[in-house]
Amino acid sequence: MTRTRVHPEKRKRKKRRLGGNPGLKRCRHHGYSKILSLSHSCPNCTTGGLRKSRQPFAARWAWCAAFRRIKRVPTVVSNYQKDDAGDSTRPVGGCGRNCLKACCIPDAKLPLYAFKKVNGKDLSQRECGELPVAFLDSLLLGEWEDRMQRGLFRYDVTACETKVIPGEYGFVAQLNEGRHLKKRPTEFRVDKVLQPFDENKFNFTKVGQEEVLFQFEASDDGQVQFFPNAPVDVDNSPSFVAINVSPIEYGHVLLIPRIFDCLPQRIDRDSFLLALHMAVEADNPYFRLGYNSLGAFATINHLHFQAYYLALPFPIEKAPTKKIANLNGGVKISELLKYPVRGLVFEGGDTLEDLSNVVSDACICLQNNNIPFNVLISDCGKQVFLLPQCYAEKQALGEVNAELLDTQVNPAVWEISGHMVLKRKKDYDEASEGNAWRLLAEVSLSEERFQEVNDLIFEAIGSDELDDTVQCDKEVDAVNSSAHPTVVVAGSQECVVLQSRVLCIYLYMPLRIVHVEVDEITAHLSSVGDLGYHSA
Amino acid sequence: MDLRAAIQRSFDDRYTRHARNSLDELPDSFTITDPHIPGHPIVFASPGFLKLTGYARSEVLGQTAAVFQGPCTSRRSVMEIREAVREERNTQVVLLNYRRDGTPFWMLFGVCPVFGDGGAVVHFVAVQVPLHKKERSGVRDFGFGCCRKEVCSDSLSELGRVCSLEQVLERDVIELDREEPSEASDEEKRSAATAMDNIFSVLTHYSEATGRLVCRKRCSIPDVGLLSTSLIISLGRIKQSFVLTNPHLPDMPIVYVSDAFLKLTGYARNEVLGRNCRILGGTDTDTSTLYLIKESIKAEKPCTVRILNYRKDKSSFWNFLHISPVLDASGKVAYFVGVQVEDSNKNDDSHQCLSPEKRQFSVVGAVKVAVRSLSMTAGSSKS
Repeated sequence: MTRTRVHPEKRKRKKRRLGGNPGLKRCRHHGYSKILSLSHSCPNCTTGGLRKSRQPFAARWAWCAAFRRIKRVPTVVSNYQKDDAGDSTRPVGGCGRNCLKACCIPDAKLPLYAFKKVNGKDLSQRECGELPVAFLDSLLLGEWEDRMQRGLFRYDVTACETKVIPGEYGFVAQLNEGRHLKKRPTEFRVDKVLQPFDENKFNFTKVGQEEVLFQFEASDDGQVQFFPNAPVDVDNSPSFVAINVSPIEYGHVLLIPRIFDCLPQRIDRDSFLLALHMAVEADNPYFRLGYNSLGAFATINHLHFQAYYLALPFPIEKAPTKKIANLNGGVKISELLKYPVRGLVFEGGDTLEDLSNVVSDACICLQNNNIPFNVLISDCGKQVFLLPQCYAEKQALGEVNAELLDTQVNPAVWEISGHMVLKRKKDYDEASEGNAWRLLAEVSLSEERFQEVNDLIFEAIGSDELDDTVQCDKEVDAVNSSAHPTVVVAGSQECVVLQSRVLCIYLYMPLRIVHVEVDEITAHLSSVGDLGYHSA
Repeated sequence: MDLRAAIQRSFDDRYTRHARNSLDELPDSFTITDPHIPGHPIVFASPGFLKLTGYARSEVLGQTAAVFQGPCTSRRSVMEIREAVREERNTQVVLLNYRRDGTPFWMLFGVCPVFGDGGAVVHFVAVQVPLHKKERSGVRDFGFGCCRKEVCSDSLSELGRVCSLEQVLERDVIELDREEPSEASDEEKRSAATAMDNIFSVLTHYSEATGRLVCRKRCSIPDVGLLSTSLIISLGRIKQSFVLTNPHLPDMPIVYVSDAFLKLTGYARNEVLGRNCRILGGTDTDTSTLYLIKESIKAEKPCTVRILNYRKDKSSFWNFLHISPVLDASGKVAYFVGVQVEDSNKNDDSHQCLSPEKRQFSVVGAVKVAVRSLSMTAGSSKS
């Protein structure tokens, strides 16, 4: 409407300015306008900007032949996960499209952030919150905003309406109608927490370099180091931080430990320590990392942690706790109270490694017992929440209330922590603390089962080198007398249930039935020992 | 130093000179903090507080409350305080703090906002009442008596502090952990309330004379466009030059400026707040660039330009300026952020690893996170 009021002469002048001034240009490759007065080039274009593209736009997605095989994809976390547009343009020699494959990686230059390994007690003296924005924080925010302005995300997450639900806990509800649009059935069985890596399915080695924000590793010389343009040393197993193109909050990234090792979604001590280091380095209490195991709403079986910014306390962080054990490394274990999901809280530790080892041992125990779980790393790595869950199992057994199922909310780590991502306007408008509570209560293990799982965990972290040093406040006989075999899903009784569940899952996924038998066998074989199923 | 001056001003602007003397006479342990100074530092510490913690006043001023916390401080209590500050309300928690020599002590911690005449929070007052152990505590009494002894031995070096901390961790903390004082007694709560009353009566009394009355209750509705304390604290963490402007107010005035901006342009904060960014322009500023900025603001699109700007003293500089809309939690444009980088000699930037563009983006990102998150609670009641 304002346009009509512009004087014709003025409009001409504007045209002259915009046309004649190299300041304002629209990148021809990327279909969004960007003012590039200084660089005269589009930051997204490897070919150097404003020259005409040699490739038609659709060909951008068609570089690596492997993508074309993916027909069913989970939540789209990478642009390279999209279905192929059916375009047959093939890459010219050396691929040239900046993927992470052998063709492009030798020439790749990615920022590298090397963190200082903190040892000893000075760690606990580090206090975050009121300090100036830390370097990793700036790096991550800067790179993320850059990708946002380049238009790499599927939607603008800052345009997604969000509110704090009134109530004691302050659950956060977000209306996100875009995230699930391309959601397909998850590509693997949901009843196995450990499954071998499958290079044919989507994994993070298939993302493009522009989706990678930086490399993240421990520094050699004990100092924080940053290299704006570091080569990618594949032999050195670098870990990457990449964007999630379907973000649920600002700064939503994925930490992919040792990306080229193609590890399946499975916690190990080193990877967990890396994630914990990232929380410490970001030094921002509102930057949290999360982990979903398979069966607890991880959608990609390639080891990854998620993280994003939300400058509010999560309800789970506000819930009261009761201390149940003090371990010798200084790690304190508490139980969550007055929260719909039962879980454990780990904090303290003389060194970061102490904390990390205890938590990862607990996770490994859950994995080996086929118990799905979620992990939240909060408060700059000072607190870790471990939440075993059984929603997928209940879902498969048809035990979840239809009303809750209708919301299609997948209770992964963020939902469990109190940040509910809702897909329907109706649910958003009607969001209440009661609704959130009801949903999360379905996720939680029963009190009885939770105690059994706890016993398993304590046995696991006690059986290690911590063995004789556990100063457990719990009654010792409670630990010993626990009938832990009943918790193990592979127990004979539950095995029947398990089989029928597999059937009902795959009934409405006819395409996948072919896979079931093969997967079943491999999974059964491998769930016992080390998976060791890495692709070359 | 800048911070010293800011701390001095923060107090003296509000209260007359006698306020300090009167506060010094109060026996209680308390601190006053200013959320408007980046980092939300302590601007006043009472003699009682210094005695309790063993720090010298010069060591405490400019610090955040975090330095008194340690490994066994409950993270939940810290979060409750952080939240109370964000929500501009008072709260009371039982908290484990550490003295200068590293010894921990339990206390009842009360915090209360001080409202200024415009309805904005100007300061926070924090009162600490040390908790006395019941029965078994005969050996270690964490009252004044014991710490006075420790203050006397003020020759403690930093090294000594670390050593004693380790000893404490091994010996005392485990014990402390076991017998967490669950509740403060009524007497202790009363004494916290009385202390708070006394402090506020002093503050109110001495602010009358400056004409900038403060009080314990919000006495007027906050001005339109006033930023919340929590947003100011969050933005204060960003060390680069940037401004926030509100497009919903007439002439799109500046509603927040960072310290680095003031340093870059030579203006004082009150000279730019409420004004339009036009004040940076001058005779040789390219009108076509201004037009470009206007267009992208109208289209609610980000833009980057290089523009000739003027400081307060009329000297000019090339400003590598990035402007971006900032949406609130309802998904609507709430502010525009303008990030200035002085585009002078390249060698100035070389020691900083991030390129100027990325540094600008990181400011935009931090502002977006702060504005979005902090409008989630207020969102429904505002529009």
